[in-house]
Amino acid sequence: MHELSIAMSIVDMAGEEAAQRGGVRVDSVHLKIGALAGVVKAALLSSWELAREGTGLENCALVIEEVPVVGYCPACRAPRQLDSIQWMACPECKAPMAEIVSGRELEVVALEIVELEAAEAPI
Amino acid sequence: MSPQTRLVEVRQNVLKQNDLVARGLRQRFHDAGVCVVSLVSSPGSGKTAFLEKTLALLRPSRRVAALVGDLATENDAARLARAQVPVRQITTGTLCHLEAAMIQTAIEGWRLNELDFLFIENVGNLVCPSSYDVGEDVRAVLLSVTEGEDKPLKYPTIFNTADIAILTKMDLAEAVEFDLAAADGNIQRVRPGMPLLKVSAKNGGGMSDWLRYLSARRAQLVG
Repeated sequence: MHELSIAMSIVDMAGEEAAQRGGVRVDSVHLKIGALAGVVKAALLSSWELAREGTGLENCALVIEEVPVVGYCPACRAPRQLDSIQWMACPECKAPMAEIVSGRELEVVALEIVELEAAEAPI
Repeated sequence: MSPQTRLVEVRQNVLKQNDLVARGLRQRFHDAGVCVVSLVSSPGSGKTAFLEKTLALLRPSRRVAALVGDLATENDAARLARAQVPVRQITTGTLCHLEAAMIQTAIEGWRLNELDFLFIENVGNLVCPSSYDVGEDVRAVLLSVTEGEDKPLKYPTIFNTADIAILTKMDLAEAVEFDLAAADGNIQRVRPGMPLLKVSAKNGGGMSDWLRYLSARRAQLVG
């Protein structure tokens, strides 16, 4: 189970980003996980609850987008999305696809932030 | 006035830190002409026996060293040291995999340009090590004949990140009615074109193929 250390890295990244900007609160972190990243969504979400405790991101949500694997089919000469990571074959022509175009991502893509001054300003 | 919420794009690889260290290591290994081979597998698939045999066979003609990762104990390092090559144990505590920074610390003081091969035996685990680059040139995934032919389908990610698959304990294949065609079929499904070697550390079967593969990989590296 390496999801906890991954969750902690994400908390650190979000915390650093918030500190750099200054005067903001991070409401959510948007993460992309490829089907071949070797990370389990459910385990990461429960690790997230632990990792964010006492960090200033206590209420920050983790929004995960799972992305499928796309391989390059040498027969069709085109990128093709795989149905399963247990069979790296072109869904159209069944040719084996050794080349992975995407699907290994483990990437923070965006942060939802709130400018604290605006939020705290009197009406 | 309502709080100003906005979405800011970041696009950062979560494992960036590990990848940066791994990249630095790979550069150092290449500059020193050392071919780095990592071994991944489930616990008990015969990594240490296989490595022990590899070190013993290489040592007469090649300069070799090994790093071995485990959660606890120095047993594997003690075993490998019998091959009379430099060996260092990395005990990870509760961590289920090796990370590039651990390799960086473990090789401190070693003169890399005096090595031809460095072997890294990862923690026995078919899940977590797949996400972590440790700066290796070759990642070998081991599968013992006693484990079942469908392991590649159960753990496709690690098989997909490997460069070569090694079937170990081939001396037991007959006794456990191992289905080689099924195992190879499953490996090719999750990693089309992956080379496959069949070895027995016990009787030495297939080890010459492995040594040939290693020589070829090192030749690619040093030209």
